[in-house]
Amino acid sequence: MELLSGADMVARFLADEGVEYIYGYPGGALLHIYDALFQQDKVQHILVRHEQAATHMADAYARATGKPGVVLVTSGPGATNAVTGIATAYMDSIPMVVISGQVMSHLIGEDAFQECDMVGVTRPVVKHNMSIKSPEEIPMALKKAFYIASTGRPGPVVVDIPKDMTTPTERYEYVYPESVKLRSYNPVTRGHSGQIKKAVELLVNAKRPVILAGGGVIHANASEQLTELARMLNYPVVNTLMGLGTYPGTDPQFLGMPGMHGSVEANMAMHHADMILNLGSRLDDRITNATEKFCPTAKLVHVDIDPSSISKTVAADVPIVGPLDSVLNEILKLAKASEVERDEEALATWWQQIEEWRRRHGGRYRTDDSELMKPQQVVEALCKVTKGDAYVCSDVGQHQMFAAQYYKFNKPRRWLNSGGLGTMGYGLPAAMGVKLNFPDEEVVCVTGEGSIQMNIQELSTCAQYNLPLKIVCINNQSLGMVRQWQDLNYESRHSQSYMESLPDFTKLVEAYGHVGMEVTRLEELESTLEKAFAMKDKLVFINVYVDPYEHVYPMQVPKASMRDMWLSKTERT
Amino acid sequence: MRHIISVLMENEAGALSRVVGLFSQRNFNIESLTVAPTEDPTLSRLTLTTIGHDGVIEQITKQLNKLIEVVKLVDLTEGDHIERELMLIKVKALGSQRAEVIRNVDIFRGQVVDVTSSVYTVQLTGDSAKLDAFIEVLGPTNVLEVVRTGVSGIARGEKVLSL
Ligand SMILES: Cc1ncc(C[n+]2csc(CCOP(=O)(O)OP(=O)(O)O)c2C)c(N)n1
Ligand SMILES: [Mg+2]
Repeated sequence: MELLSGADMVARFLADEGVEYIYGYPGGALLHIYDALFQQDKVQHILVRHEQAATHMADAYARATGKPGVVLVTSGPGATNAVTGIATAYMDSIPMVVISGQVMSHLIGEDAFQECDMVGVTRPVVKHNMSIKSPEEIPMALKKAFYIASTGRPGPVVVDIPKDMTTPTERYEYVYPESVKLRSYNPVTRGHSGQIKKAVELLVNAKRPVILAGGGVIHANASEQLTELARMLNYPVVNTLMGLGTYPGTDPQFLGMPGMHGSVEANMAMHHADMILNLGSRLDDRITNATEKFCPTAKLVHVDIDPSSISKTVAADVPIVGPLDSVLNEILKLAKASEVERDEEALATWWQQIEEWRRRHGGRYRTDDSELMKPQQVVEALCKVTKGDAYVCSDVGQHQMFAAQYYKFNKPRRWLNSGGLGTMGYGLPAAMGVKLNFPDEEVVCVTGEGSIQMNIQELSTCAQYNLPLKIVCINNQSLGMVRQWQDLNYESRHSQSYMESLPDFTKLVEAYGHVGMEVTRLEELESTLEKAFAMKDKLVFINVYVDPYEHVYPMQVPKASMRDMWLSKTERT
Repeated sequence: MRHIISVLMENEAGALSRVVGLFSQRNFNIESLTVAPTEDPTLSRLTLTTIGHDGVIEQITKQLNKLIEVVKLVDLTEGDHIERELMLIKVKALGSQRAEVIRNVDIFRGQVVDVTSSVYTVQLTGDSAKLDAFIEVLGPTNVLEVVRTGVSGIARGEKVLSL
């Protein structure tokens, strides 16, 4: 029997759970735990410069690997600084365990120094949270946290630990809990076979089918099954912003992304489809546009591990609750065995129609209305230079949409962005989280001059841990996405969307010990990127000046159907 | 439509606030809520009434089910059920009013549980509509104070909500 203090139990549990890195920032309530971490060498702690960055690093680790990322933050301001990152993970269903320090139990409720009701504050943005009432609970509570975070629909779990639960002199029996069972939480392990049969029936009889794959396919590691199914049936595939990479972006059957800034062919195909197989997309407002006009002729099959995601925004004709890997396996089996004679003629006509839509816009953008480089060109060059094989971690804004549209992801888990919450400041810490765990891979942060400044202090963390990632700053000298909406809806009154007094980014990154480069002309773009990526052991910040007046297109017309889009500043569907 | 949802959940600190938080977070309506431990002290039973169309009720039950502490739940209004609410009501009772109040208490099968020279305190149980009717009968000017427990309910017949 082994006796450990609560603080040692935390460190020891994490080691026993196989956790390699935790991301955090110390403070009073955590001093015992930090001392325990100091006295072991299995779990390595990464010291960020702001707790938000710790959560995004852990989140990125989880997105890249599928395993929960672990965060350690102190009570009060440390905990509240982490909330944005927790909410970011929650909205995108990312497994994460956040350990927050808390003031001593007897002080709780007295407005003690650095007291904050973390369980209360995070309740609406976590899958679950709990607070430790006695030190013996620590191993099981942490086991539960990992289990809940990583099973079913994944999500963040907060474990709040009052300081007196970790007192070094008070020791308790420690046994690593190998497993955990909760009577009130039993995620489904397979879909209803009757429902799956119905879905396959619709699938093989469809004349104008679309397969829509969302983030759920990534969480379930089901891209292979998705790809096999789509190829076997020769059906078009659409990937949501969260699902990019689940189906090869360079494949002719791939139509791009649906929704607000989706491709013409994706939005048109969905609108006119007679059958949509929705795999793990929650069909939020950025996809559906006006729900009452959503896909008027389609039968909707919706597969999701979370029943509450089904028929939340649009009613499903065939709901299937289950993990996408096993459900897709069953769909594949039944589709292969199906004796239904498929209507090849209808499918050929459907493809003809889709190709026509593709030709109509096909991701073209104007280059003749400005002397300046276009942001789209930057992403295209980046894709070329990295051979479409980099981990791309994006911030939020126009550059994010351009990255989603023009970087062709052929593998899942390569595209990391805050799709649900839309958190500016996500990109750099996310890229750090990936680079730390995949040092041999090319990792890029695609950002804007606005977003990067939300967590730019992390350049210091990059220096400390030698994280030679690349930052491509698509610099339009404005909060471009805000400006775009102001152009479209407020007669170009650019209220607070202009970034005045930008820093000299090159000097700034140099001050942190990194390399800065600038690009102002298209001719220099590719060669500069090549040069930057050739510097394998350096973080390089590439500041690319682009046309500040460019808009992201296509753009859905508000309150209309999916097919109603602006294709440029002057053309509409 | 009005629904009565009965929830069996872990009797743990914070579970109740999770349920209540869910309703405000997701903009669900909550009319009444009662909660107490069951015969198994590790479980508590929560009954809530809410109003919404089918889609909203479906979301409410799904979202409740998603809460980790929720073990099971049932929408009692989907089947035959019994619903009861308890009310304590203080009524002005002066002169000829005193007999009148007693008559109404008898008609509604209530009980006078406290008496002063000018006030009766009446206890009444029944479904919400019956309690509403009683208040109506007494007349708003005579009613001094009303306390209602909120609805609790149980399915008729053999059906049980248990582990
Ligand atoms: C933390 C946060 N604050 C505000 C917003 C609203 N917002 C969305 S995009 C955007 C502009 C982003 O500017 P920049 O990073 O320069 O990207 P650009 O759109 O110019 O490419 C803003 C302010 C947000 N998404 N996140
Ligand atoms: Mg910008």
